[in-house]
Amino acid sequence: MKQHRFRIILVVISLLGAITAFAQSGSELRFCLHSEPKTFNPLLAEDDSSETIRYLTGGVLIRVDRLTQNAIPELATAWKISNGGRTIIFKLRDGVRFSDTTPFSAEDVGYTVRQLMDPALHSPTADSFRSGEGAVEIQVLSRNRVAITFPAPIAGLDKLFDQVGIMSAKSPQKEMAVLGPYHVAEYKAGSYVLLQRNPNYWKHDGSGKQLPYIESIKLDIQQNRDTEILRLLRGELDFINSLDAEYFDKILSQDSSMAHDAGVSLDSEQMWFNQVASSPLPDYKKEWFRSTNFRRAISEAINRDDLARIVFHGHARPAVGPVSIANKFWFNSKLQPHPFDPTSALQRLSQDGFQLRDGVLRDRQGHGVEFSLITNSGNKYRERMATMIQQDLAGIGIKLNIVTLDFPSLIERITRSFNYEACLLGLVNNDLDPDSQMNIWLSSAENHQWNPNQKSPATNWEAEIDKLMRAQASTLDSRKRKTYFDQVQEIAWEQEPFIYLVNRNALSAVSPSVHNAHPVVLRPQVYWNIDQLVLGNEVARKH
Amino acid sequence: MKWARTLAVSLLALTAAACVLADVIAPASYTHQFRAEPDAAPSRQHLLGTDDLGRDRFSRLLYGTRVSLLLAPAAALLSSLLAALIGGTAGFRGGRVEKIVMSGTDLFLSLPWLFLLITVRALMPLNVSPIVSAAITFLLLGCLGWAAAARVVCADARSLRNSDFILLARASGSSGLRLLWRHMVPNLLPVLLAQFWISVPAFILTEANLGMLGLGVAEPLPSWGSLLREMQSYPSLAGNPWRFIPLLLFIVLVSCFQLVMVQEELPA
Repeated sequence: MKQHRFRIILVVISLLGAITAFAQSGSELRFCLHSEPKTFNPLLAEDDSSETIRYLTGGVLIRVDRLTQNAIPELATAWKISNGGRTIIFKLRDGVRFSDTTPFSAEDVGYTVRQLMDPALHSPTADSFRSGEGAVEIQVLSRNRVAITFPAPIAGLDKLFDQVGIMSAKSPQKEMAVLGPYHVAEYKAGSYVLLQRNPNYWKHDGSGKQLPYIESIKLDIQQNRDTEILRLLRGELDFINSLDAEYFDKILSQDSSMAHDAGVSLDSEQMWFNQVASSPLPDYKKEWFRSTNFRRAISEAINRDDLARIVFHGHARPAVGPVSIANKFWFNSKLQPHPFDPTSALQRLSQDGFQLRDGVLRDRQGHGVEFSLITNSGNKYRERMATMIQQDLAGIGIKLNIVTLDFPSLIERITRSFNYEACLLGLVNNDLDPDSQMNIWLSSAENHQWNPNQKSPATNWEAEIDKLMRAQASTLDSRKRKTYFDQVQEIAWEQEPFIYLVNRNALSAVSPSVHNAHPVVLRPQVYWNIDQLVLGNEVARKH
Repeated sequence: MKWARTLAVSLLALTAAACVLADVIAPASYTHQFRAEPDAAPSRQHLLGTDDLGRDRFSRLLYGTRVSLLLAPAAALLSSLLAALIGGTAGFRGGRVEKIVMSGTDLFLSLPWLFLLITVRALMPLNVSPIVSAAITFLLLGCLGWAAAARVVCADARSLRNSDFILLARASGSSGLRLLWRHMVPNLLPVLLAQFWISVPAFILTEANLGMLGLGVAEPLPSWGSLLREMQSYPSLAGNPWRFIPLLLFIVLVSCFQLVMVQEELPA
């Protein structure tokens, strides 16, 4: 009797195994979202998960090719910018239908832009399009031509449309009717989002076969990165779009064919000193932080190579300035990272009257140089960087106190109370165009972190940056814009209001069963060419 | 079981001696970063290898043990004393006093302390040395950790208050402080000791968790909390069994304390 039961259990287990294997086979791509998507509305996507779904489902007029970083036609076959950069006219692709078969026309573009610019919607994507006071004018010129006029010129206007998923003006399914390669078929909160191939997707491959190749995508909602790695290694997932250095090395050691280091990304890690005049800091500290020599000395005392090698396991590169070397067009190639040179740092400090006595650096009035560096708690890379900087600065007699704070407290200090001395944070950069950095470099901007919301520029170099940033934003000539922004980079390099530390590499892991995957530095690193990806078991079917 | 107790006492003595003599025994400063050899495996130079930044793990374990073994029991002592005072008084007095004090304790237990701790961190000055930050952390834990213990002590004190020997003591003229000090406290001691020993590992683990809020022991000072926090991620542990040593030491020492305490209680 016992043997009989045992056999039944074995049969049940085998059946379950077979069912699981069957469920995982077939043309279904699987990867993880790290949080619940907050919206399926492409105009409201802000969090990573919603942006992933927008990218996979949303059809756009123009796409920024993640490989070449150039704008390429998608739903718009051609476009023309005129009227001094205020107007863009799109010629649209004919015969395109939404996933629910509703025909696509210029009216849909008009409807999407009206929705996008509606202040009541609070679309985060719209911020880049807000160029000045006044309404956006939309003219539907014909069924497949539309003109959009903005109140003021917008530099790099065409590439901004990469983030605007076109919505249907007429479909009863509203935002669920899409023009991208996939549509949302099922969503189980806390568990998964299932995307199915859009049967009306307009793209075809060279042999005339409709894209995408992969039938469906299952996005498992999985917060735990350890579990995600184990699932990838067990073959339950097809890729991990973005990895940190530690996990990347783990995968590299287990299966090197999966690990992909696409090189330096656009993301940077930087620190800055509080230069706000009204901050509750002692005057002598304000004087240190406002001194270019002091900031340059701190920069030279930090060993960036060690930060990249130790903290990021070699998967990072010493940063130069506001633009990463990954940004092919806008990076100022004349600039180099500041070298690690404690001797030069001490010389610079001595120019400001600092002296190293008994291992302690003191200013003119005899104050020992000590300051705190705040960073967000829970980010082990930043905590490690801070600890390494602590030792580097100890080498020139500076005492650094590391304080990790929960994010809301940190934001409170750097944006409202200004009760901090130095801060270490990172910048996640999705946009190649310097226009996206206007809110950082203009002295009147909120994100001008070292001294935000200035009524008039506090220093001459900030006034110069203001002038150059405005000049680059008001011309359409890309060479002129480049010249202006190169000068901004040079001033930032010279003055170091932000001490740029490292640019992290774009790391990802892709199962060998995924073909045509060419991870790149721009987001989304792995699935930027989703409609070209093929799963191993689909290769035979495709050919 | 005498041998077990002897072994436990010896291990505790050995650990205490190692911590006191850390300055002499430690092969390197706990802050020094051997940047040429981060994440190194155990070797002659680094008995337990090095951490992510190249710091000698053995040195950090010695100093971390010193910090935690000094401050966690101190915090546990503070919370046990508060529990004895509040719970003992409530249980001894009984009636309305007990009701009011225990309601207050329940209210204290129901407060969202995590948010209070975040606020405390936000209000604290930023330029605080690591040792002061460690002391503040454990002081806070001591001040906040008494409530659950106070309930247990109160229940015990209440049953003692109604016991025959207390009635006899009252009948023979003992009252007030004498009754409390001579008759109640000695009988509450085993409960208080148990609460004390429960609190020590709990505070060490809480300190590790508080590090996530920026309230733990600040870098570069090590603590058991920060050493245990390094074990959070799977990649750092897989294939590196020596990284479990702080956890192993933690378990062994807490077991030793437990063994010594139980052995001491048995004759009573």
